[in-house]
Amino acid sequence: MRLVHSSENEPICEKAAMDTDRIDQIIDNHQGEASSLIQVLLEIQSEHRWLPREALERVSEKLKVPLTRILHIATFYKAFSLVPKGRHEIHVCMGTACHVRGASRVLDAVQDLTGIRPGETDLDLKFSLETVNCLGCCALGPVMAIDGKTHGKMAPDETADVLKNYD
Amino acid sequence: MSEILLQIDGKKVQAREEMTILEAAQSVGIFIPTLCHHEKLEPYGACRICIVEVTVGGRTRLVVSCVYLVEENLVVRTRSEKIDKIRKAILELLLAHAPDSPKLQDLAKEYGADKDRFEKEASFCIHCGLCVRYCAEVKKKNAVGFIDRGIRKEISFIPEIASKECWDCKECFPLCPTSALQAAYVLIEALAS
Amino acid sequence: MSRINSPAELEQFRKGILSKRDPNKPCIALCSGSACLASGSDQVAASLEEEIEKQGLSDQVEIRRTGCHGFCERGPITIIHPEETSYFQVEPEDVPEIISQTVKGKQVIERLLYVDPSTNEKIIHESEIPFYKNQERLVLGSNVSIDPKSIDDYVAIGGYSALAKVLSGMTSEQVLEEVKKSNLRGRGGGGFPTGIKWQGAAALPSHVEGSRNASGETKYVIVNADEGDPGAYMNRSTLEGNPHSVLEGLIIGAFAIGAQEGYIYVRQEYPLAVENVDIAIKQAEEYGFLGGNILGSGFDFNVQVHQGAGAFVSGESTALMTALEGKVGEPRPKYIRSNVKGLWGRPSVLNNVETWANVPLIINKGADWFTQFGTERSKGTKIFSLVGKVTNTGLVEVPMGTTLRDIIYKIGGGIPGGKRFKAVQTGGPSGGCIPEELLDLQVDFDELTRAGSMMGSGGMIVMDEDTCMVDVARYFIDFLTDESCGKCVPCREGLRQMHKILTNITVGKGREGDIELLEELSEVAIDASLCALGRTAPNPVLSTIRYFRDEYEAHIKEKRCPALSCKELISYYIDPTKCQACMICLRKCPVEAIDGAKSKIHIIDQEKCTKCGTCFEVCPSRFGAVIKISGEPVPSPIPEDARTIVRKSKKNE
Repeated sequence: MRLVHSSENEPICEKAAMDTDRIDQIIDNHQGEASSLIQVLLEIQSEHRWLPREALERVSEKLKVPLTRILHIATFYKAFSLVPKGRHEIHVCMGTACHVRGASRVLDAVQDLTGIRPGETDLDLKFSLETVNCLGCCALGPVMAIDGKTHGKMAPDETADVLKNYD
Repeated sequence: MSEILLQIDGKKVQAREEMTILEAAQSVGIFIPTLCHHEKLEPYGACRICIVEVTVGGRTRLVVSCVYLVEENLVVRTRSEKIDKIRKAILELLLAHAPDSPKLQDLAKEYGADKDRFEKEASFCIHCGLCVRYCAEVKKKNAVGFIDRGIRKEISFIPEIASKECWDCKECFPLCPTSALQAAYVLIEALAS
Repeated sequence: MSRINSPAELEQFRKGILSKRDPNKPCIALCSGSACLASGSDQVAASLEEEIEKQGLSDQVEIRRTGCHGFCERGPITIIHPEETSYFQVEPEDVPEIISQTVKGKQVIERLLYVDPSTNEKIIHESEIPFYKNQERLVLGSNVSIDPKSIDDYVAIGGYSALAKVLSGMTSEQVLEEVKKSNLRGRGGGGFPTGIKWQGAAALPSHVEGSRNASGETKYVIVNADEGDPGAYMNRSTLEGNPHSVLEGLIIGAFAIGAQEGYIYVRQEYPLAVENVDIAIKQAEEYGFLGGNILGSGFDFNVQVHQGAGAFVSGESTALMTALEGKVGEPRPKYIRSNVKGLWGRPSVLNNVETWANVPLIINKGADWFTQFGTERSKGTKIFSLVGKVTNTGLVEVPMGTTLRDIIYKIGGGIPGGKRFKAVQTGGPSGGCIPEELLDLQVDFDELTRAGSMMGSGGMIVMDEDTCMVDVARYFIDFLTDESCGKCVPCREGLRQMHKILTNITVGKGREGDIELLEELSEVAIDASLCALGRTAPNPVLSTIRYFRDEYEAHIKEKRCPALSCKELISYYIDPTKCQACMICLRKCPVEAIDGAKSKIHIIDQEKCTKCGTCFEVCPSRFGAVIKISGEPVPSPIPEDARTIVRKSKKNE
C-alpha cells in the first residue's frame, strides 16, 4: 500500500511557489475540458519541473475530475513527477537497439558518477536520472539525452566528460 | 428490447438484448466464477476468471463473460479443459499474494489450484478494483484509487477524503475478496500519518 | 499566406511556386532529423549560414533543412543540388571547403563521399549507394526534398494533389473502394486491412443502439503516433520529416468515412515531431486544407494534437482512445470494434502514421499501381528501422516480400566487426527472434507471423554471436512488467512470474522445469489477457525457446552462457600465454582487481572482479589476452616464478 502524500518525503529544497493563477491559465488554455487533463498536467510538469500537490488539487477542482484519477495519471505516466526534479534530466535509453549495443554499461557508469539510480534525484537537485524505453535515435545507440539534447554512440568511459559540462 | 436466444452448456437460454453472458447464465442458475464483478458496478473484465468459450459464425474463441454481450445463436461453454487450466493458473498466481483468502481458497478447491505453486509475495491485494470502483461509482466519493502501473500497481487512499468519509462508511470492506481487514489496515495507516 | 479555395486554385498556386524556383540554383540540403541533430547537424547548419553570409552568397545559395534521410549511421548528411553530390558525417570544419569547392567550384570533395566497403568505390550520388539503391522509398523518399516546416515545399513536390483529386468530385464510396482495392494493411502492427476498417465506420451496422443516419453520427479519425516499440523510429522520421503527408492522408480518410474531427496522438518523447506537426497544422489551416469548406467542397475537418506522457501501453488503440478522453490510458476489455464504438463510444478509425502516409500515394497513383509492389497478401512497401549489430543502421523502406537476407546484408551491409549473425528481432516486444536458417524469409505480415514473430511497427534489431538469447527474452519481459497497465491477472501476474524465472536463469539459478513453466504461463497470457500487449508478451520468450532452446538448457543445466554475456555466469581471465604485461588493463580496472607489473604477467583477482568488461575491451587486439569463460572454473593462477616475461633484446642476440 502506498500513500501519495503531499510533501512528506521531498528532498530539502526550495518549495516552488505555486502560482494558482498560472495553473488556472493553463487550464483555460485547454478550454477547461476534462479530456485535456493529460495535456494540462504535461504543461504544469514542464513549467514547474514537477506536479505540486496543490496544483493537482486545483486541477481536480476546476476540471471537476476526481483527485484519484489525477493521481493515477500522475503515477502511471513516466513524464510526471510528484517530487521536484533536478535542474538537469538525464535520460538513458534502454531500448532494444541500445540494449544490444551495451546500454546497461552506460547506465552503470552514470549511476556511479551521479550516485543516484533511475527515478531518483540527487540531493543538490542537480541531476535527475531516468531510463527511457526508446528515444527514436536507434542508429546512434547507446543513446543518452540530457535536457533533451541527444548524445549518441556513448561509451561508459565518455559519460564523465559529458556530465561535467552541466552545472 | 428484443429477445435473444443462445445456448449455455447445452441449455437453451432466453436473454434480453444488452445482457452479458454472465447475466444470462446467472438468470438460469448457471454458475460462472468471478472476482472483479459486482452487479452494482460497471463490468471491469480484469480478473479474467469468468472466461468462457463462445462459438458464433463457425468461429470459437475465449472471451470474458462479464463483458461479452449475448448474441443470437451464440453457443457458450463455461467449463472445458482449456478454461479450467486458465482458471487454475489465475488462482495460483493470485494465491501467491493472498493465500488465506477464503474466496480464493474455495475456488482453488474446485480447480485444483496449488497455493504454493508460486513464491509468496504478501500484498493481499488482487487488484479486483472493487473498492476503488465502488467508491467512485456508487458512493461517488473517490476516496481510494489506483496508482502506478504494471507490477508496481497499488491501491491508495487519499488521506484528506478518507479521513472525512471512510470511518462512517466502510462499505467497501466486505467487498474485498482477500480480507476485509486489509482495507481497514490501509485506511488506519493513512489516517495515522 | 492566402487561402486556397478550390482544386483549380491549388494547381495555379503550385505552378506559381515552381515558376519561382530555379532548379539550377545551388541548394544545400542538410538532414535535420533527430539522429542527425544528435550527430551535430545544428552546428553544421550554423556554420553553413555563417559561411554563406561571409562569402556574400546569401542570394545565390539556398539552404534547406530537410527531414530524415534514413542513413542515420552516417549523419550529418548533406546533399548539394542540383548535382546531388552527397556528403556524409559532415562537420562544421568541412563547411568552408564545401562552399568553395563544391557549391562554387562544382568539384567533389573525395574524403566526404561514401565508400562502398566491398568495392572501395567512392560514390557521389546518394541514390547509387547500395544502402539506398536497393530500397523502394515510396513514403520516405520525399523527406530529402522538403523542409518539413515549409508547406510550400510540400506543395511544390505535388503535395495535397491527392486531396484535391478526392474533393474534385470523388465520392466517399469511390475513395473507400480505392483504398480497399489497394489492400493496404495497417502498418502499426496489427496488419488489419485498412479499407475494411474504414468501411466499417463509413457504413454503420444497423444493430447499433440508437443508430441514426450515418451522416448524423459524430465520427473520428485518429493518427497513432505513439510509436513505443523500442528500436523503432519510422513514425518519428515520417512525422518530423513530412508531416503534411500524414495530414493529407488523414483528411482524405476523414472524408471517406464522414468524420469531421481528428486527433494526432504523439509521444511526448518526440518533441521535434510535435513541433513540426503543430507547424504543419497551422500552415494547412492557413491555406484552407483544414477547417471549414476545404477547397470549396463543403467538407469540414479539424484536427487536434494530443501528447502522450510516457507509457507504451497507451499506444494500444483502446488505451489511446481512453487517454484522449482524459482518463488513464489503460486498454478496455471490449468486443465491439472501435470503428463502431471507439472514442467516446463513437465510430473511430485509428491508423498508424505510416498507414496514413500511404493514402495520398494510393489516391494519386491508383490502387493498381500500389498493388504491383509487395506479395499476394501484403501490398506496398514497409519502412523498417534496421538497428543493432548491423553496419548500415538506419531506416529502410522496401517492398513487402524482400528477404531478410537482402535487408540485412545487401542494404544493411552485414554484421560489423567480423561477427556472425545470430538472430533478427522483429515486431518489438510483441514479436520474436528469427534465426539464421530463416534468413531467406520473404518479409510480409503472414510470413513473419508463421515464423513465430510478427511485423509489428517495423523494428528490426539485428543480433550477433555476442547476444545472449535468454537475456533478450528477459529484457523484453522486464520491459513489459514496467509497461503493462497492470489491470488483468494473466499479464500482470504472469509477467511477474516469468520475469523472476528468466532473471534466475540468467544469474545461474535456473531449475529443471523452468522452460515448461514459462510455456505454461505464456499460454495463459496468450489465451486470457485483456489486450494485445498481454496476448503477445510471450512471443519473445516462445520464439527464443523455439529456436535457441540449447541456450536456455546451457544456462539451466550447465550454468553456462554460450554467448559469454550474462554477467553472473562469466569470468574474465587473462591468458598467460598471450599477456604481454602492457599494464593497460591494470590501470583501467575500476576496482584495481588486476595484479601485475611491467614484464610481470597480469592476473585478475576473481574475488574483486565486478565483470565490468573494461579489461576485455582495452586489451590491445594484437595480444587478445583477456578472454571470457563460462560454465567452467577459472584456471588457477600460474606460479609466481612463471610470471616474469623475458623480453628478447637486440643486445642478447
